[in-house]
Amino acid sequence: MKSKDLLGRRGEDLAAGFLEALGMLVVERNWRCPEGEIDIVALDGDALVIAEVKTRRSLDYGHPFEAVGPEKLARLHRLGGAWCRDRELRMPLRRVDVIAVVDDGGGEPVVEHLKGVG
Amino acid sequence: MALGRTYSIALVGLNGYMVEVEADIGQTLPAFVILGLPDASLNEAKERIRSAAKNSGIPLSRRKITANLIPASLPKRGSGFDLAVTIAVLRAANDIKPTGRTVFIAELGLDGRLRPVRGIPPAVMASVQAGYPDIVVARANFAEASLVPGAKVRGYRTLARLALDFGADPQELALDFEPDDTDDDAEGVPQPGPCPDMADVSGQGDARRALEVAAAGAHHLLLTGPPGAGKTMLAERLPGLLPDLGDHESMEVTAIHSLCGLPASSVQLLRRPPFENPHHSATAAAIIGGGSGLPRPGAASRAHRGVLFLDEAPEYERRVLDALRQPLESGELVIHRSGGTAAYPARFQLVLAANPCPCGKASGKGLDCTCTPMMRRRYLARMSGPLLDRVDIQLQVERVSLAEFGQAGTEEDTALIAGRVLDARARQAERLHCFGLETNSQVPGRVLRGELRLPAGATRILDQSLERGVLTARGYDRVLRLAWTLADLGHRDAPDTNDIGQALGLRQAAAVAA
Repeated sequence: MKSKDLLGRRGEDLAAGFLEALGMLVVERNWRCPEGEIDIVALDGDALVIAEVKTRRSLDYGHPFEAVGPEKLARLHRLGGAWCRDRELRMPLRRVDVIAVVDDGGGEPVVEHLKGVG
Repeated sequence: MALGRTYSIALVGLNGYMVEVEADIGQTLPAFVILGLPDASLNEAKERIRSAAKNSGIPLSRRKITANLIPASLPKRGSGFDLAVTIAVLRAANDIKPTGRTVFIAELGLDGRLRPVRGIPPAVMASVQAGYPDIVVARANFAEASLVPGAKVRGYRTLARLALDFGADPQELALDFEPDDTDDDAEGVPQPGPCPDMADVSGQGDARRALEVAAAGAHHLLLTGPPGAGKTMLAERLPGLLPDLGDHESMEVTAIHSLCGLPASSVQLLRRPPFENPHHSATAAAIIGGGSGLPRPGAASRAHRGVLFLDEAPEYERRVLDALRQPLESGELVIHRSGGTAAYPARFQLVLAANPCPCGKASGKGLDCTCTPMMRRRYLARMSGPLLDRVDIQLQVERVSLAEFGQAGTEEDTALIAGRVLDARARQAERLHCFGLETNSQVPGRVLRGELRLPAGATRILDQSLERGVLTARGYDRVLRLAWTLADLGHRDAPDTNDIGQALGLRQAAAVAA
């Protein structure tokens, strides 16, 4: 596994733990379909949460949140619909969260969470 | 509470309006939105602000920043809001302390330096009048802003220094950055050269006298004559004869020149009357003001309280010349464009110069002139009757004779004549201050024919001219004004028959030739 993939994997693990600590239930991770991938699918009470995790070693190339543009957000919303169809579920409450992990290798990684974006 | 609030000024023409800047930081993906009708350069402020804040050591929040410029309906233009928006955003992120009623006017460089903007004097004036005397500007605008009475101005070179004074954490700030700002101070600003001296003009007794009368009473002037007679030379020497500007006038002139980005206005009040000499290819928009969006002042407004010299006047487009008729009467130009309406003062002294015909040789007997009579008439008719009717002094200038030319260096110099002009202005001011006027050229007809009415014996020659149709009613009043100026220069309490005769002569010289 390449080091950037390892970093992403570690970030996603951290993010999943973070969501669970908030009281959410992680349903599925790294769900793929032809249109793309959902990093984390979780349940927050009645709401289905499609979570995108962005991990960076430093802020030199911008904050992780800045990497999530309008196109990506639109795709995440579509993927949420695709996941529900795939599982034959009807989830009227659905939202997209973005989680930023900044992990410079030493010290505690910084996790930030934005709820219900776009 | 993630909300910051600062103040700035939006200029529409020379009128400044208070603008309140709110900034909010929302918990959503990073974005920067500016509301309140920003123009292209104000929208680019987002990128300038982000870089400037980062390079000053106080990066902006990585969330959605919304800046709102109130009133939302007033279109905002230019880069002068950069600083106010930045400070509002930094306040919203709690990076600095509240700034209260301080007004911020400056552009930001990517490196975090504060850059000067145009039109600082009118903006600062508006701010003081609105009750916001605390103003922060770029260091390079400091001298200009301090000219305004009642303003408590602070000038900064960098955003970091400014943030420090408003309570930012000194550990984070890039305080060692000091831009080399050679353009900040008076050095490097081209100072207007001294006005050329009247002593350089050989001979031309009549023209010298006419120039003195024009300066004394602020009368408009038309010089007609062959090329090389010295029309341009004379006109360029008129500003030197005019007295210094008063405090209020000086502020008006400085404000306009600052708005136009003319350099000399940025460090000092302009005390000398300006001189504008546009080329005859100028368009109506260049002369009276205009341009797309919000209209900008033209040469007529830049010549406010000074001299507007139109050399080769018949070569101008007719509509350009006719556009000057309105400011000649009202002293103001109101210009409408898509971006709004702007009113600029334009109380200038008009000096026109013209050749007698297209080939320029139709003076004296005119034997060398190759123009047909029709060409000659058409040429001078390009300056329309209604325009010329507003020009008090119309003078023929002839070529200098060898005898006069040889006597160079014996003529009166500018200082001497300016002294007489100042004296005559003082007499006018004393007589006219009860009417709220300053110079003879401003006196309305009803005052001339009312409180200042002359005995019928003195005005007989004028009454006859009016009766014969040689003089219009407006022309009648203008001759009276000239006669008053001649009396002031001669230390007489009222014009006598001789003054009126001379005044009529100064007014009609060109009309006879045409």
